[in-house]
Amino acid sequence: MIAFVIRRLIGALLVLIAVSFITYLIFVKIPGGDPAFRIAGRTATAQNIEDIRQKLKLDAPFYEQYWAMMKSLFSGSLVSYSSQLNVVDQIKAGIPATFSLCIGAAIIWLFFGILVGIISAVTAGRWSDRVITVLALIGISLPVFWLGLMARYFFAQGHPFAFMPDGGYVPFTANPWQWFTHLLMPWWVLAVLFIGFYGRVLRSNILDTINEDYVRTAKAKGLAYKRVMVKHVLRNSLIPIVTLFGLDFAAVIGGSAILTETVFDLKGVGWYAAQAVQDLDLPPIMGVTIYATFFIVLFSVVVDLTYAWLDPRIRPT
Amino acid sequence: MAERLIEVDGLKVQFATEDGIVHAVDGVDFELSRGEVLGIVGESGSGKSVTAMTLLGLTRDRNTRFEGEVRYKGRNVLAMNEDELQEVRGNEMSMIFQDPMTSLNPVYSVGAQICEAIQVHERADKRTARRRAIDLLKQVGIPNADSRVDNYPHEFSGGMRQRAMIAMALACNPDVLIADEPTTALDVTIQAQIIELIDRLKDEFNSAVILITHDLGVVAEIADEILVMYAGRVVERAKTRDLFYDPQMPYTWGLLGSIPRLDRPRQERLHSIKGTPPSLIRAPTGCKFRPRCPHAFDKCMDEPPLENRVETPGHLDRCWLSVAEKRQLREATLSGEEEAA
Repeated sequence: MIAFVIRRLIGALLVLIAVSFITYLIFVKIPGGDPAFRIAGRTATAQNIEDIRQKLKLDAPFYEQYWAMMKSLFSGSLVSYSSQLNVVDQIKAGIPATFSLCIGAAIIWLFFGILVGIISAVTAGRWSDRVITVLALIGISLPVFWLGLMARYFFAQGHPFAFMPDGGYVPFTANPWQWFTHLLMPWWVLAVLFIGFYGRVLRSNILDTINEDYVRTAKAKGLAYKRVMVKHVLRNSLIPIVTLFGLDFAAVIGGSAILTETVFDLKGVGWYAAQAVQDLDLPPIMGVTIYATFFIVLFSVVVDLTYAWLDPRIRPT
Repeated sequence: MAERLIEVDGLKVQFATEDGIVHAVDGVDFELSRGEVLGIVGESGSGKSVTAMTLLGLTRDRNTRFEGEVRYKGRNVLAMNEDELQEVRGNEMSMIFQDPMTSLNPVYSVGAQICEAIQVHERADKRTARRRAIDLLKQVGIPNADSRVDNYPHEFSGGMRQRAMIAMALACNPDVLIADEPTTALDVTIQAQIIELIDRLKDEFNSAVILITHDLGVVAEIADEILVMYAGRVVERAKTRDLFYDPQMPYTWGLLGSIPRLDRPRQERLHSIKGTPPSLIRAPTGCKFRPRCPHAFDKCMDEPPLENRVETPGHLDRCWLSVAEKRQLREATLSGEEEAA
């Protein structure tokens, strides 16, 4: 078991290195990506640009530059090309908003996704299942930027309601109630897609599991319907949901809630990443990439361990 | 006479599907007393498994219709509500299934699954249930039961899983053990062991057994009486000895002829019954075996009733041929000459 964890952690480190290197490489090859040009501004002379090149050692071979950037990133001294702000500090500043958004949304989508999946599987083929199926497909299809803007328009901007705050983030430590109300709409907007998706996946898992031989065995033992459903059907149907959840959660924590953060003006990590990409600002992009990869890798290890715990067949011996 | 446990009376089971009504079981009668072993034999789709599952109410569904009666100690199982059924299942009648690989839940230990069966019917604390589970595993011949009890199904071999299934089925000392193709998924050497085990435990637990199989060789050893099923009906019913020495129904000859034998001249090919089992949605008129029967004649357009035609009482069949004709034709079928002709 310990060997398994160590192996996974070494693998994780290699993934981190590979991802950061590839990101760097892509950036270097992007047309118009020369940082010296962008930093120097529109009225720069050739000498200005050359000075910046010298200062940032942009003439060195790219692997040396890569190495220098990674060193400064991990020592916490990396600064943005365009704003000159410290990258690690900026990411840290975005973390409370991102974590608040993602953890809250994750609780909502996991709870309602499972609930919706169970209801539609148990009533499969009946009207409630059909209604849920249609709603789930709508939920999956609605783009976040549209849904977010609609939510703001209808509930925050007075057409017809204005009882919700219109975007922005209030730290929990400053005012828990304001924190909660500011996040309520973003939570739901982010969660809707996942609720629909998880509901569909769980529904089909449950319907598959119900036909398993061991479920028939459980019934033949004389177990009550509820116990058969919870202990034998649901227990087995939820295993794949764990994988999905681990990876989805890692992705949103890692900054893929960009759209939600942007629509609701939550200055989190995703928002920071979006700004950096607009400016083709390499240091923050590298910082956010490493940050995101870290969470993806971390959660896939967590998923593997949880999986082994849930399913004895794949436990390493 | 031993206590009568099960009486099945004119049982019909129909499933409504999109293609039409499937007449899975179409008029089956039998009785079972304590200590008896009843074999139910037939091809896939002959209704034998549906019959067995119906005894436990496992075929209940919105799209299922039942007719007739299944009485367990005089109580009609078909009319029981879910709570009453749950009391019967596993406790008074229990069941072993065909595929031990998939019939145990992979995420719980074998012991936990046996304990679950005990605790659902009896007030037993965890430790008592666990001790019982270990005892049961010992009884079905699992070595090192004390430690094996905590193993997961994937750590057991196929034969051991089937033994564990049997242990689970016997956990509450049921009156009736229904074994649905218990050996089909196992190696031949293991098959014999499992059948012996069922036979021995039947006496130890003083139960009756319904053994369902497509393999006459399996039931020959232990069954007292055999039902041969075809297209949802019983086509022949006899004491095991009579069925093997004096089979009356051409379908039964086919089943017997498809067993490889060393005591007869070697045939080029193993005998098989030509054709496929009929549709259970639109069954053929008259005798259901007629389309596949090499001996069919005009009269077979009317369905023969299941009745006693030979001298032995209790030996019933559904075939219009005279007993003398049957005995003559049978020899040809079983020795394989017909195949050559």
